[in-house]
This record gives sequence, C-alpha cells and structure tokens, in this order.
Amino acid sequence: MCHQSVGLIARAVEAAGIPTLSMTSAWSITASVNPPRAAFVDYPLGHTTGQPHDRADQLRIVRDGLRCFEQIGEPGTIVDLGADWGEQGWREQPLRGASRTATAAAAGSDRPAKADDGDSRGARHATPQYQLDEDRLAAEARHGADKACVACVGFDD
Amino acid sequence: MTEHERTPVDYIEVTRRTYDGLGYPPYHWVRSEEPPAFAPVTKPLSACRVALIASGGVYRQGQIAFHFRDDASYRVIDTSVPTDELRATHFAYDLRDARADINVVFPIDTLRALRDEGTIAGLTDEAYTFMGGIYSARKVAEELAPALVDRVVAQEADLCLLVPV
Repeated sequence: MCHQSVGLIARAVEAAGIPTLSMTSAWSITASVNPPRAAFVDYPLGHTTGQPHDRADQLRIVRDGLRCFEQIGEPGTIVDLGADWGEQGWREQPLRGASRTATAAAAGSDRPAKADDGDSRGARHATPQYQLDEDRLAAEARHGADKACVACVGFDD
Repeated sequence: MTEHERTPVDYIEVTRRTYDGLGYPPYHWVRSEEPPAFAPVTKPLSACRVALIASGGVYRQGQIAFHFRDDASYRVIDTSVPTDELRATHFAYDLRDARADINVVFPIDTLRALRDEGTIAGLTDEAYTFMGGIYSARKVAEELAPALVDRVVAQEADLCLLVPV
C-alpha cells in the first residue's frame, strides 16, 4: 500500500513541475501505479534506502538512486540498483518481515529472531501508535487544546 | 524497463494469495492508464535542492504518532532534526531495523552526507512523512497528494525523492 501511495504522490508532484524519483522494493506495485522515475532496491520491505548501520550501503543506494534523475529519459522507467541482501530466505514469506538487527541479537542467544507466523503485519488501530510511551507524553504536552501544531497536519474531522 | 537478475517479489500476487486465504475479496491496486507527467531535470544534481517524502510512519518525538486506519495526515520534519528524535510506527512492515537506524526508511543522515560530499546542493528545510498503508487510493489522490504538492512547491525544491516501505 505504501508503494501505491508513494506512486500516486510522485505523479502529482511531477505534474506540478518538480522531477521525482521513487525508491521501490515492490516492483509490481510501482509498475502498476507507474510513477515517472523509480529505482529498485531488492531488499525485504522496510529497507528501501539501505541496511541498518551500514553507511556504505545507504550512501550507495541513495546516491545511485539520485543519479537516476540524470539517467532516466523515458517516463515510467524503473532502474534496478543491483542491491543484494545476501541470504535470500526472506523471499519465501515476504510479509513475515526481515531484520538485520534481530538476527544479530538472536546470534547471541538461544531464542529465534522471530516467531514464524508468516505475517508481521499488525492490527490497524485507530488511535496514534507511539514507538515509546515517552513519545505519547511529549506529544500530549505539546498538543493541548490551545497549542496549535504546524507540524502535524491533515487530521480527519 | 530494466530486467532484473532475480525475479522481484510480486507483492500484488502475495497480497492476493494472503487475502484469498483469509476469505477477503481481492484488493484493487491502482493501475494507471495515463502515462505519468515527466518534468525535465534542468540542473546538474550537484546544484539541486532535494525534498524528501517518506511513507514509513516516521514522526519526531513531540509530534502525534500515526494511527493505522487509513491515516492520511502527514508530519513536517525539519531536515536539521537530531536523528535520535525520530521514531517509526506502521502496521505493515517489520519495524525493527527502522527503529534501530531510521535511515533504512528515512535517509536523513544519508542525504546530509551526500550534501556534505557535494553530490546534491542540499535539502529543503522541510521533509514530509506519512503512514503509507492507506487502503483508500482516493484519499491519497484527493487529500494527501495535493497537500504535499503544495508543500514541496512552496519549499522551491528542485527535485523530490520519495521513499515507500
């Protein structure tokens, strides 16, 4: 869904005259929405701009992605950046998720990196889902009734 | 289109199978019939200011987090933000690596490094984030996209980099 949303926004920004480049790890969705320019990163979802704590990988992917602005001359082109995750088991159950961080942590313990339920997607809660409880407290402190926020925009009525 | 050495995971097909297994009707993915607009790149990359839009549910501490029920709101992130104030929340991808290093879905340090090395001229003052798991394509096209277009145009961005998850 993310890739579809981004593709639609890319088309709208481009129509306003600003050239866009969409990174993508979901080729078929991007091809279907058809944004003006795209760069394919063949990693499990959640790593569209590189592997965690790997500066060289992140720099290469984003630098090569940006170079597509100068290389793509035909609307709707998807360039493969040649990213290689290494171990390819994530392809078997791509919605299960994959995490370098968890794999590294599991290497030092007897517990598996993740219970294998085939799908890492969570429930679609209708209230804000904070990463940390302190984030909720900070947001509530800043968003009292008379404190309008210019950075959190576009809520449903 | 470029050929890929491995067959990319077909998430449209994976989603269809998953929905089928749950007894849900198939999701109707957007299939654009019209070719996209294509704006010319008029300057070298090294002279361009880049606007970043990312869909991975990124927010800054102090901001309201996203919810997971077709949330079409967005957050304005100052591109001078300290990286350790950034958070990620989303229902549809494995968040562990994003929470360990936000650059995997919001390449803020990466872009600042590319600015410092001269690959790009800089970043716009503002970046924009949202929670891209929005089932209603209409809501994206009619509400979120026009709002972000206005923002990016007002920032006088030369280029716009978009990062889905």
